[in-house]
Amino acid sequence: MILLEGCVGWITGASRGIGRATALEAAQQGASLILTARSVEGLEETAAEIEKAGGIRPKLVVCDVASMNSLKMAFKEVQAHTKRLDFLVNNAGILNDAILGMISEAQIDEVMRTNIFSVILIMQFGARLMTPHKSGSIVNVASIIGRTGNEGQVVYGASKAAVIGATKSAARELARYNVRVNAVAPGVIQTKMIDNIPTDKMEELMRSIKMARPGTADEVAKVNCMLASNYTSYVTGQVLGIDGGMWL
Amino acid sequence: MPALDNEQKLRQAFSLGLNLPESEINDNFQYGSSAQWDSISHMALVAAIDSTFDIMLDTDDLIDMSSYGKARGILTKYGVQF
Repeated sequence: MILLEGCVGWITGASRGIGRATALEAAQQGASLILTARSVEGLEETAAEIEKAGGIRPKLVVCDVASMNSLKMAFKEVQAHTKRLDFLVNNAGILNDAILGMISEAQIDEVMRTNIFSVILIMQFGARLMTPHKSGSIVNVASIIGRTGNEGQVVYGASKAAVIGATKSAARELARYNVRVNAVAPGVIQTKMIDNIPTDKMEELMRSIKMARPGTADEVAKVNCMLASNYTSYVTGQVLGIDGGMWL
Repeated sequence: MPALDNEQKLRQAFSLGLNLPESEINDNFQYGSSAQWDSISHMALVAAIDSTFDIMLDTDDLIDMSSYGKARGILTKYGVQF
């Protein structure tokens, strides 16, 4: 079964990690894609991998989701490229940890702009391309930290909890237009984001995962594509954990 | 069939976006004055206007667009002549 054949989708943060894996999987599933990220080199690498695997060459748009001007330019480019959006994966995000007492205002601003302001603004834009067609799916990449919290991740946890709240509210608003909004909450996923976790902390994390291993970006990508597709046509407002049983 | 002028196009976009007959839409038609024009249907209205005039309304303009008359004024900023 080809899940996304003939669908047009936008994936943010597609230059690496979960975003790149989601782009590759979506392309394999037949989607025509618009990919955004800050790094043009990373986007080109993702596009090359898609083409190498026989997928459709994606439209690439360099965009820093933390910048309102950059977002506005991206919206214009996306709108010029397509009048219809079948799915949107809000994946772009940053991790910038600090314990209470060491959190700067600039850090809060950067994390919130990237992880939640952009999600709301891009959902708002995406909905404009979905509601006229009475169809669409938005997948927001939250995190297990948005559900459980974690030491040193007050800001990141707050931003991801906000993604979950925004997802549920948007799902309520857009259901009448047959536009679904869901979130995924990945646990420990083997990407560059976790490279800096100290060994002892990583061992502790592994002990808390029932499946006793980190997940892969591909495993998150498959869930993203499933939620993006009509295979889950009656699922909205949900937060799906992808964490090997870390949070039960 | 003659092409629609911009006034007719805007009326049609309101009708389509808010699922209302065109006869109910006039200069005094305001956000909240009909159960059909609430915060949620506002999104569909914006989508209909974007699509009709092939523009993308800025967020500030979405918030400002509180009546049919205001919508017309906002559209002139995007080069739409009435």
